[in-house]
Amino acid sequence: MTTPKKQIEERRDVVIRFAGDSGDGMQLTGMQFTTATAIFGNDLATLPDYPAEIRAPAGSLAGVSGFQINFSSRDIRTPGDCPNVLVAMNPAALKTNLDDLEEGGILITNTDAFITQNLKKAGYGTNPIEDGSLAKYEHYQLPITTLNAKALEGVGLTKKEIDRCRNFYALGLMFWLFDRPMEVTLRWIEEKFKKNPELVKANQMALKAGYYFGETTEVIKKHYRVQKAALAPGLYRNITGNEATALGFVAASVLANKPLLYASYPITPASDILHELSKHKNFGVKTIQAEDEIAAAGIALGTSFTGGLGLTGTSGPGLALKSETINLAVMAELPLVIIDVQRGGPSTGLPTKTEQADLLQSLFGRNSESPLPVIAPATPGECFQMAIEAIRIAVKYMTPVLFLSDGYLANSSEPWLIPDFQKLQKIEIHHPKTGDAFQPYMRDEKTLSRPWAIPGTAGLEHRIGGLEKENITGNVCYDPDNHERMVHLRANKIAGIANDIPPATLLGDQEGDILLVGWGGTCGAITSAVEELRQQGVSVSSVHLRYLNPFPRNLGEILSRFDTILVPELNLGQLTLLLRAKYLVDAKVISKMQGQPFTIKEIVDGVKRLTLKKEVRQWQKQAAHPS
Amino acid sequence: MAETSSTPKLSRKDFISDQDVRWCPGCGDYAILSVTQKVLGDLNIPREKYVFVSGIGCSSRMPYYMNTYGFHTIHGRAPAIATGIKAYNPDLSVWVATGDGDGLSIGGNHLLHTLRRNVDLKILLFNNRIYGLTKGQYSPTSELGKKTKSSPYGTIDYPLNPLCFAFGAEATFVARTVDTDTQHMAKVLERAARHKGTAFIEIFQNCVIFNDNAFQEVTDRESRWDKGLYLEHGKPLIFGKEKNKGIRLSPKTFLPEVVTLGQDGVIEGDLLVHDENREDTGYAFMLSRMMPPHFPVPIGIFRSIERPTYDSLLSEQETLALKNQGKADIQKLLNGTETWKVSSL
Repeated sequence: MTTPKKQIEERRDVVIRFAGDSGDGMQLTGMQFTTATAIFGNDLATLPDYPAEIRAPAGSLAGVSGFQINFSSRDIRTPGDCPNVLVAMNPAALKTNLDDLEEGGILITNTDAFITQNLKKAGYGTNPIEDGSLAKYEHYQLPITTLNAKALEGVGLTKKEIDRCRNFYALGLMFWLFDRPMEVTLRWIEEKFKKNPELVKANQMALKAGYYFGETTEVIKKHYRVQKAALAPGLYRNITGNEATALGFVAASVLANKPLLYASYPITPASDILHELSKHKNFGVKTIQAEDEIAAAGIALGTSFTGGLGLTGTSGPGLALKSETINLAVMAELPLVIIDVQRGGPSTGLPTKTEQADLLQSLFGRNSESPLPVIAPATPGECFQMAIEAIRIAVKYMTPVLFLSDGYLANSSEPWLIPDFQKLQKIEIHHPKTGDAFQPYMRDEKTLSRPWAIPGTAGLEHRIGGLEKENITGNVCYDPDNHERMVHLRANKIAGIANDIPPATLLGDQEGDILLVGWGGTCGAITSAVEELRQQGVSVSSVHLRYLNPFPRNLGEILSRFDTILVPELNLGQLTLLLRAKYLVDAKVISKMQGQPFTIKEIVDGVKRLTLKKEVRQWQKQAAHPS
Repeated sequence: MAETSSTPKLSRKDFISDQDVRWCPGCGDYAILSVTQKVLGDLNIPREKYVFVSGIGCSSRMPYYMNTYGFHTIHGRAPAIATGIKAYNPDLSVWVATGDGDGLSIGGNHLLHTLRRNVDLKILLFNNRIYGLTKGQYSPTSELGKKTKSSPYGTIDYPLNPLCFAFGAEATFVARTVDTDTQHMAKVLERAARHKGTAFIEIFQNCVIFNDNAFQEVTDRESRWDKGLYLEHGKPLIFGKEKNKGIRLSPKTFLPEVVTLGQDGVIEGDLLVHDENREDTGYAFMLSRMMPPHFPVPIGIFRSIERPTYDSLLSEQETLALKNQGKADIQKLLNGTETWKVSSL
């Protein structure tokens, strides 16, 4: 018997969303699909989306966990606006995700899960599989649980264990449908379950069964092929923002030839940085899980005082707790890097969702005039070099530095061109030695930074602290003129960093009607939106800021070359406020506060809406005052 | 930390900084400062290896007056910052100066975890049962019902016993001394300095302005022998001007009781013998619960046991990681496990 020939359709890019119960292994399935896709050679971007509860009640709407991947034969920058394919493992997953599926898109449902009880939990009055409401999709109804159980008959596992393999069955089917290689996942299963050979066998069988089901059955008539992407040549790996952040700080430690100490308190979505760094003690990395956020910041600052690279990491609510210590670092003028992986909402907010609303907290969330550099990576991979940059600035200028990542960057992944470490710039550090002319608060003329004398150095014994310092000597000083001088010195030191960072660069024309100004993880969506708008003939350019304080020195001049300044940001207009205040420009925000990243379309529409409003206003003005 | 014999002999004056000491005249802090400077001079550790860390409060001004490395930090956080210092460089001798408000109120959490981790820090808790620097509010060690500026009707907070707190946290070295007995304080501080692990020393310290004579029972020359019990390792728990009172476990209740030698046939052999090295905290905890009017106030080293320190365990993990994972190869780390090559088109 010959394998039936199936039709193959070429696609430039495909967006798939896996959705199921938070206990169904959807994140795992998504990650495995991602790895296979990366190794196959597509460009890709992912978006995990999961609830804050570890196991919300099975089948409930609150318990739906999703993982979206966009993969392509061309350069892509976002996880994709709307899925072309939705895999819904139960009614709740269907209900919460169906609205996003493109019209005519491929829908795969696990019909076994569409039983009365689950339908009720998801709030369905009738079974959507039967009531015709899914007719507009290319709908494959597959009894995945049953098919998987049949395939695994006789492997000697309980029914429950067999059912837990069904996500691999679904994954195998997707591997076939999109022509992905299975080898990496087969290897992964072997490694993951090596203590239980039965589970290795069962999961591998499930994966293969799903794959061969696609190949042999008559149900699915065609499958898809997405050619390799034309990425820049070199060695690649897949990386998430949190991984890249952790590796960036290890690399910075090697570049500075100085041990790193990371102190942190577990918090979503920053915890993975602690997990990753704690594996690398052979790099001299010390990690401490502190009793709270305050202690974590204090331990890191103690390290900095002692001459080490003190690093602490958290998410927004934790940053609030660390602020007193950060201010001590400002006053003591010690290097300290604080990672803030921003998440949604004030207070506990939306722990597993993304937002970029800690910008003003980073800049102003401390008592008195307390300037410090704030930097923000724009892509998951870029977290690596910005981590190195954070350390470089902190030690050169003797200042705390805020590294603003976000939930989207943290968990999303993309192919990463692995840097050649030899080619990275070393980080120079100078400590005064015994016998050097030394005063704790004398300053380097160029950087305005004070000397970093470290305990253990004979003859440089000195005392510092949070009380105002006398210029040069560093003694406690309440003199009014001295305080004002010190406030200015601290401000000028940070402002001067503008001369030591790259100027902002434009995407698009050097001048024109509209300029989009973005920062952080919205880069991919903004860049893609600009390209799309330009293809439509709209005069739009964009500038993406990696440095939020100080701003690049050419930013004001760039802003002046455009009529309309629009700032897409996942907050109510925090960068917008800063630009308006600093450059006196009429910047407008394109805001989104849904715990989700921007889609490309939202930015395209936002630009059109705001520019249209402007045109209408001008027209109204002309009508009211005809020349 | 490294003790070197080549270090030129230091003395108290080597540890006096150029800053004017600004405590109130008559403050007990002067004695603590002076004794600390003297003890450090005797320890044969180079001056540059000392770091003094403090939080906020009168006691926390101490680092300014010590001619060593010093970090006057923020309210209650000194143990955390000192942990960072010691964890990063175990070769330093790190001391924390704190008060009952700083250490037990706002910093209670950090103190608890520092004690349980057994970070090799020397913690001097200046206990005057009052807030001095903020001008006279009650503290976590103030007696119930105490009238202060912030408690005109008397406090309704039950006081905390710092030593019980320390034993609850499994502290490895716990002692109590008094600002007026400088010889005793010097002995205790020296022992603390030589202890490997967190050394926690409660120092009864008199605030002449806001809580004068807070510890009169044990500081008053007249009553100190009757009201104070000086602990000595291996010696029975004997006190009193006549050296005729002692502590034994009641044969009925198994609780401690004060007895008089020679009365009701009580002999020295019936008394508890002080043992600093008990692994179990029960005995030390029992001692720390003793207070007037039913008991004398124990003064001295309650507990001193050896246990690996946090900083040494942290360093050991590094050594182990080097052994197991091999020398760090940063390029290998960056490459990760799954890579693929894209060739030029």
